[in-house]
Amino acid sequence: MKKAIVSFVMLFMAVLFLAGCAGQKSDKQNITIVGSTALQPMVEMAAEEYQRDHSDVSITVQGGGSGTGLSQVQAGAVTIGNSDVFARELPGIKPKELVDHTVAVLGLAPVVNKDSGVKQVTMSQLRGIFTGKYTNWKQLGGKDQKIMVINRAQGSGTRVAFENNVMQGHKMLKSQEQESNGTVQRMVASTPGAISYLSFSYINKDMTALKVDGVKPTAKNVKDNSWKIWAYEHMYTKGKPDKMTKQFLDYMYSDVVQKNLVTALGYIPINEMKVQKDANNQVTPIITDEVKQDGSN
Amino acid sequence: MDPIREKILKPSKETRQDFVGKTLSYASIFLIVGVVLAIFLFVASKGIATFTQNKASLVEFLTGSEWNPGANGSNGRPLVGALPMILGSFGVTLLAALFATPFAIGTALYMTELSSKRSQKFMQSVIELLVGIPSVVYGFIGLTVVVPFVRDHFGGSGYGILSGSFVLFVMVLPTITSMTVDSLRAVPKYYKSASLALGATEWQTIYRVLLRAALPGIMTAIVFGMARAFGEALAVQMVIGNATLLPESLLAPASTLTSVLTMGIGNTVMGTVSNNALWSLALVLLLMSLIFNIAVRFISRKGKM
Repeated sequence: MKKAIVSFVMLFMAVLFLAGCAGQKSDKQNITIVGSTALQPMVEMAAEEYQRDHSDVSITVQGGGSGTGLSQVQAGAVTIGNSDVFARELPGIKPKELVDHTVAVLGLAPVVNKDSGVKQVTMSQLRGIFTGKYTNWKQLGGKDQKIMVINRAQGSGTRVAFENNVMQGHKMLKSQEQESNGTVQRMVASTPGAISYLSFSYINKDMTALKVDGVKPTAKNVKDNSWKIWAYEHMYTKGKPDKMTKQFLDYMYSDVVQKNLVTALGYIPINEMKVQKDANNQVTPIITDEVKQDGSN
Repeated sequence: MDPIREKILKPSKETRQDFVGKTLSYASIFLIVGVVLAIFLFVASKGIATFTQNKASLVEFLTGSEWNPGANGSNGRPLVGALPMILGSFGVTLLAALFATPFAIGTALYMTELSSKRSQKFMQSVIELLVGIPSVVYGFIGLTVVVPFVRDHFGGSGYGILSGSFVLFVMVLPTITSMTVDSLRAVPKYYKSASLALGATEWQTIYRVLLRAALPGIMTAIVFGMARAFGEALAVQMVIGNATLLPESLLAPASTLTSVLTMGIGNTVMGTVSNNALWSLALVLLLMSLIFNIAVRFISRKGKM
């Protein structure tokens, strides 16, 4: 018995020791990616496929939130920081040190519980719901039912994107806040009178995605900005990326990722966008050759 | 040298064992104390920074109800009113303890006094099973069962302190029950025998002797349960609604210290006001668990017979 314990302890130490060595001796180059949970699944899948062809690179992808991603990459602790928001939108981040790589576009849509009886609103009505001006679905032509606003946590990428595109500087009313798209999805589907906002990939048939100003929330409408609620998915590096990282980022832009993975996961490929948006929410059309080619496809 | 002398002067195998054992245990002690101290210092320094660096007011933190650390109030100080969260945390904790205690005492009495050996073993494993269920599972059940139940039978949206208390009730029940069982078992056998010999009925014995004698232990059990409820994050967060509003009723969405912490920490950047304010909440949590600990000591010392 005693021997067993001793050998167990020895083994444990040995494992620790080896683990310590392994970290240093490995000749693989490590790329660590941390941040936005919205972007995490896509990057994870891309990294997995990339490593299949590039055995010399080891890529670790973690969540943690946009704030974590940006602060970690700024501190130099990770190679790439994923974010749903522009670096300059987050207090405490020095955007000049970071280089932005926008790899995809995220479409967002307001979603309501099916019982509310409302299928479309105008942009100012939508704003009114989230500022607390409207409190009953009756006021918007729906059922006599209280409106229950479900928000995402303060500073979450999805919320910042929604605020930027919808609220126009108006303050959101204080209401329920939920941590993740998944929870919001379940809550909206099951709670009468609930309204929230979700990225396109989380919208399902158990809820109603509202038309805004008569426009349907589809990828096609996002591409020419007729659907106005969308945001970029960013991958930030500190300064210019090194060769290995650059190669991986190039892979993220490649057709393999953009045409298959990005679309499959409900994002909109970045090179199919006909417009661009800056951190001040100014939208301008893109007129480069590359996009023209894509547009003709 | 004389071999016997040498043998006596040299440390024996047993002495060395003694030395190794002592070193190991001291090392573990130092490590653990060091870790605890480090955590405490880290949380405290970060938590206090809200008030020293970012000039938030402590009074406002404890009594204000406007939580928006990223923005400044009319007096130019960050809006860090944490009262809604503090009230929410205490609300769910006290209610959960209130709901759980009678059931826990009932179950414990059944297990120690009334049941057969077999059903006692069965109850024991049921309680152990309850402890082992991860909190995310409780939260998920809360979200799909408790919230609609509260919405249909009590009103409101279903998200709020009441739902949180219901979920926590199930979570703290095993803690309180098993500790109550222990304290009932610790009551000397002759108390019971004497009471029965004096002609008291079983109920009179339980009520007037056993429960009285075990009271300090039961109180400790309740405080332990409350400590667990106070620190629970995930399950509560899923059902309480997380609105940083002063809870107007048990049915209105509210928030707890832990729920705001877990939701916010990934979205803030180290060193900013928003981040420091969250650390202040963490500090409150840490101090509260300290207070719960002290309360347990106090009760068990006071209640010694």
